[in-house]
Amino acid sequence: MSKFSKKKSGELPPVSTASLPDIVFMLLFFFMTVTVMKDSSLKVENVLPNASEVKKLEKKDRVIYIYVGKPTQEFQKVFGTEPKIQLNDKFASPSEVGDYILAERAKKSQELQNVLTTALKVDKNANMGLISDIKLELRKVNALKVNYTTYEGDAFRNLQ
Amino acid sequence: MARRAGAPEVNAGSMADIAFLLLIFFLVTTTIETDAGLDRMLPPIEPPETDVVIKQKNIFQVAINKNGQLLADEELTNLKDLRAKAMAFLDNGGDGTCTYCKGKKNPESSDNPTKAIISLKNDRETKYGTYITVQNELVGAYNDLRNREAQRLFGRKFTDMEAEYLNPETAQSVKDDLKEKVKKIQDLFPQKLSEAETSTSN
Repeated sequence: MSKFSKKKSGELPPVSTASLPDIVFMLLFFFMTVTVMKDSSLKVENVLPNASEVKKLEKKDRVIYIYVGKPTQEFQKVFGTEPKIQLNDKFASPSEVGDYILAERAKKSQELQNVLTTALKVDKNANMGLISDIKLELRKVNALKVNYTTYEGDAFRNLQ
Repeated sequence: MARRAGAPEVNAGSMADIAFLLLIFFLVTTTIETDAGLDRMLPPIEPPETDVVIKQKNIFQVAINKNGQLLADEELTNLKDLRAKAMAFLDNGGDGTCTYCKGKKNPESSDNPTKAIISLKNDRETKYGTYITVQNELVGAYNDLRNREAQRLFGRKFTDMEAEYLNPETAQSVKDDLKEKVKKIQDLFPQKLSEAETSTSN
């Protein structure tokens, strides 16, 4: 009898936290491997439109990004509220798009230069005029493959 | 001789804290999602050497004005009806040469899906969101028709087949097999979406 009562009287042992670092490290490695560092900070508003018939943009090394949208609050004093093009880290005019594409293309390795895609990340409130100018510039430098980057969703939500 | 016991163990209690710090840093900087969007090919800048004559009835004209209103085949159309209208146009098969079409065979509309062209025109003031919606609906019309044919010929959806074909993780043997099928369906309903220059008039 005394044997049983002895066991029960003991206090609850503390939960061992020795494996906590292991768990955290596991998570850490997961996030380290899936992380893609943002290569440029956005200076424009960039709420993409929705579309349902999307294709995934695989292979990030073959993509050149062009951002279009209204300058964010802090840049509005200098650049106004009209939609602007952002290439890398700075605002640009449509005429600079061609040079930018050529420069980016030259940076890529030889075998990728012919399979590059230009991803247009355009705010849904931008006007088509600017996009047409960009498209014309892209055609001039023969960068014909474009991807209008969108969110996946119901396309009719764009109209609201 | 206390030294003989060996060096004292390093306290690893703060390891978790350090790891947490790193973890939070990577959590914040992570953007996991891959980008997705509508793939389009722009027309080359050089005009084709020979002028091709296209019959008016083989062109489906879509125009968007600056208020986002839509003119499809010279009728004011609701955006929600555009997909059905485009599908009816593509699937028409007016001259009877199209064996897989299920359209009305209206002689006033397109002859054959391989000849049918959708022309999209927009104003400089058109909102980008509206433009994407229209693009989405037109691509959707093609995809719906292609899905129907793929379902009939191969028993699965065209969009699935294409996604698997484009996925870099798919095995090469599967890819080769899919390539032919995808090509075949694409040839049945070739995507001929012409984008005219934007109009500058108001």
